[in-house]
Amino acid sequence: MRLEYMGLSELSGSLIALEGVSGVAYDETAEITLPDGKRRAGRVIRLEGDKAILQVFEGTRGLSLDNARTHFTGEPVKLPLSTEMLGRIFDGAGRPIDGLGELYPEERRDINGSAINPVSRHYPRDCIETGISAIDCNMTLIRGQKLPIFSGSGMKHNELAAQIVRQARVGEERNFAIVFAAMGVKNDTAEFFRRSFEEAGALQRVVMFRNLASDPIIERILTPRCALTAAEYLAFDKGYHVLVILTDMTSYCEAVREFSSSKGEIPSRKGFPAYLYSDLASLYERAGMIRGRPGSVTQVPILTMPNDDITHPIPDLTGYITEGQIVLDRDLDQKGLYPPVSILPSLSRLMKDGIGEGFTRADHPALSNQLFASYSKVQDARSLASVIGEDELSETDRQYLTFGRALEQLFIRQDPLQRRTIPETLDLGWKLLTILPRSELDRVDDATLQAHYVEGAYQSLLSDLPQ
Amino acid sequence: MSYTIYGINGPVVTVRGGRGLAMMDMVRVGDMGLIGEVVGVEGDTTTVQVYEDTAGLIPGQPVTSLGAPMSITLGPGLLNNIFDGIARPLKVMEERSGPFLDRGLDIPTLDPDRRWETTVLVREGDQLKAGDCYAQCPETTLITHRCLVPAGLSGRVTHAAPNGSYTVADALIELTDDRGTVHTLRLAQSWPIRTPRPMGEQLPIHRPLITGQRIIDTLFPIGKGGAAAIPGPFGAGKTMTQHQLAKWSDADIIVYLGCGERGNEMTQALEEFSELLDPKSQQPLMNRTILIANTSNMPVAAREASVYTGMTIAEYYRDMGYHVALMADSTSRWAEALREISGRLEEMPAEEGFPAYLASRLAEFYERAGYVRTLEGKEGSVTVIGAVSPQGGDFSEPVTQNTKRYVRTFWGLDRALAYGRHFPSINWLTSYSEYIADLKPWYDQQVSPRFMADRQRIFTLLQEEDQLLEIVKLIGADVLPEEQKLTLETARLIRVGFLQQNAYNQIDTYVPLEKQFQMMEVILALYDGAKPLLERAIPLSQIKATGIFASLSKIKYEVPNDTPQRFEGYHEAIRAALRQVDEANR
Repeated sequence: MRLEYMGLSELSGSLIALEGVSGVAYDETAEITLPDGKRRAGRVIRLEGDKAILQVFEGTRGLSLDNARTHFTGEPVKLPLSTEMLGRIFDGAGRPIDGLGELYPEERRDINGSAINPVSRHYPRDCIETGISAIDCNMTLIRGQKLPIFSGSGMKHNELAAQIVRQARVGEERNFAIVFAAMGVKNDTAEFFRRSFEEAGALQRVVMFRNLASDPIIERILTPRCALTAAEYLAFDKGYHVLVILTDMTSYCEAVREFSSSKGEIPSRKGFPAYLYSDLASLYERAGMIRGRPGSVTQVPILTMPNDDITHPIPDLTGYITEGQIVLDRDLDQKGLYPPVSILPSLSRLMKDGIGEGFTRADHPALSNQLFASYSKVQDARSLASVIGEDELSETDRQYLTFGRALEQLFIRQDPLQRRTIPETLDLGWKLLTILPRSELDRVDDATLQAHYVEGAYQSLLSDLPQ
Repeated sequence: MSYTIYGINGPVVTVRGGRGLAMMDMVRVGDMGLIGEVVGVEGDTTTVQVYEDTAGLIPGQPVTSLGAPMSITLGPGLLNNIFDGIARPLKVMEERSGPFLDRGLDIPTLDPDRRWETTVLVREGDQLKAGDCYAQCPETTLITHRCLVPAGLSGRVTHAAPNGSYTVADALIELTDDRGTVHTLRLAQSWPIRTPRPMGEQLPIHRPLITGQRIIDTLFPIGKGGAAAIPGPFGAGKTMTQHQLAKWSDADIIVYLGCGERGNEMTQALEEFSELLDPKSQQPLMNRTILIANTSNMPVAAREASVYTGMTIAEYYRDMGYHVALMADSTSRWAEALREISGRLEEMPAEEGFPAYLASRLAEFYERAGYVRTLEGKEGSVTVIGAVSPQGGDFSEPVTQNTKRYVRTFWGLDRALAYGRHFPSINWLTSYSEYIADLKPWYDQQVSPRFMADRQRIFTLLQEEDQLLEIVKLIGADVLPEEQKLTLETARLIRVGFLQQNAYNQIDTYVPLEKQFQMMEVILALYDGAKPLLERAIPLSQIKATGIFASLSKIKYEVPNDTPQRFEGYHEAIRAALRQVDEANR
């Protein structure tokens, strides 16, 4: 028998309240039927005695206190799962929207997932070669890592993410899958990604979840959870190496804020709820590998920093949870440089255990360290030059300026279709370091320098360097 | 009296059905038996914070009281183990529920079946008072577990079991107190986590916690029993520093608390500490380590409890006469858990949404650190090192500011240093240690009477460099007088050759105090030797050209930790280089 409650006792924003209910569980889903027979989904967010407060995913438009009928399903929000999801497109709440019909699920799983026991995790050590020098050398992506792209509006984060997907050895691995979640982005952006997956010939390996800017914000809160549930299923049950692209996390966080304020919660920084950290952690921590299971979930969330401010709560809390970040830089972008990766604030926390002898190449850690250190001195030389003029600089400082320009133009700059192997990238890095006198390289031991520092090796590069 | 669930809002559950629940009582909530704690009572409505995800709870389901405040079991088997925030062993949870954490699991902290080779140290008829040791067993190859009469208990031994192998629940002795009540003592005992464990008396802090990290041991030392904070923006290396301290500091026991941080970091700590050997004993580090992992995606209320769990375990080993270091990474996550729960309880927020009691909670926590004489009369200590994750890297936020009032060592991590990959990225201008005066006698005696003087000179050079760099930023370094160039060059040598320490280098990851002292001596010898030459208008570039600065900056890699005699060679090289410059200018 289908039990339905007639009418509501309160309506406010996307929330509805019912009184006189019994046997309703916290976090359970409900179906709300409108007079015209259409159904909307809702979820219990608070219980008090016989009163239940629900959020309605598609919004409360058209609902009145009398015309709604509510049925509680007795279970939390669940996503139907099957390997047939690959190649399909779903809306933000996990319903197919590509006209190919319903999925025949192998099972249905709670989209909130559960935390991975730290004891069961397998510490990630396999590097993913993205073919992008700046990333491979200085912030190596590791399989099972969560490495967000911190960008700003109008910068080339989508192109970069698409290039990572294209070049991350998609072709060679048979068990490679992509889960793509669009949250509050424009149709153009979602379409850009679809096209670039298509061009890479990977469309049949992609599961897409699409919550566009005009779609309900409550569904936006479900979107990454659906995507990660699908990713965990593909990875840990079916053995796929899954790369999850989440864009745009800023829209997601704003949806959380909007929803929180509609519940009348006490706001903390910039109006975001106090639990934003825990909420983001419940998403980002769903990356990783599990001992004894073949697959992996690697996350590359994209977020646009409001006003390019890295201390804004969204990038700030994200950076405290994720294992590093790839930061894009407005200045480089305006110089027309692609990818505009800002080396210094970018970081991969897991790279230390996934590079070097036995992983990439023995000289990788030292080179990467030295590039960071030398490039940070470039910034000092530049600010000095802006005060006293380039001509007044010491010989060493002038060499730093050349080195900085060369690193940006020859190393960081890369064609969106170009792919450099890790040895190519590392050799290029060593050549660039020869612009500096050997005595300036204080992060490398003598033996490594002996092997890789070839006096004057940079000469062949300088002809390519635009003035 | 039967209690039932009335309302549910996230981890906060309201309970009705009577007035008998006491504040801080542990309860089991709903049909799943989720673990919770009473945090408020108003009329016949009781508020409970639940340590597990509350999805699926239904109003009307039963709530049962366990009749005691939130307590954990303390006994052998804690070491070489990893627990969640309320001391459930994660390895057993994995066996029960697979790689994803399940809810409502009722798992004892200590393995009930494991047997320990126990020596009973008392006989029938002995008089015992609180803190006396009645039995001991080897817990790991490094640590002997000593069972002490719990605080508040004393009496005559009326029964003592023979030596043998016992589980944690087996009765070892019976103690009859003055009133004739018989108390059974076992290998394990229970203690409420929010109550500090009693001790004899607090002693002054007089010994450093030696960490093998140069910038810490030399510039900003922490005393055993002291408290330190490591604040820093993300990516500055808080966790890395904490891991280094957990690996190399000379505490007997390490309690490493991952509070609201990354799952992979705990996995790494577990792997690494199991493989790495303690430099003194050549035993795996895990044999002296207890890990508590309440990662950021585990329930927020348990995150709040995890710091007390960690502290209680630390105090328990302190009472046995051990020196314990508690690394809490990160205390900000704990403060945020307080804020989150406070918001759900609809309390009035104070600064930045944090509850007004934030400061007093932090104070209570850091005050549980200390160098003490235990009830038994031994010396023991709990040193607390808390990481702080300030919002936006801004040290003026409430958690950093309040923490600063209760710690005496402050290691401020710096984003700019981290960007230049200068690690540990402790900024020497913003950091401080108030223990210098307390520890000076120890350094004078144990290392060298010149140690503290050298430290001061190094510190002064770094400060002078900072002022000079202000000028350099405006006019460049070339126009400075030679003597100031020497200051800059020496300070650079200190930064690169001394303060920077490579955690991945076999030799450099841990450096004994003797070598730290010799390194300072060599650097200062070069500075002192070069000065008179410059006064004779010989340019610094000539001295640099000898390569002596570059050679000194690599000492950290070149001189093994156990051969301090190699430093004589460096002193000789300095004399030779300076003599060469001197003769060239005659």
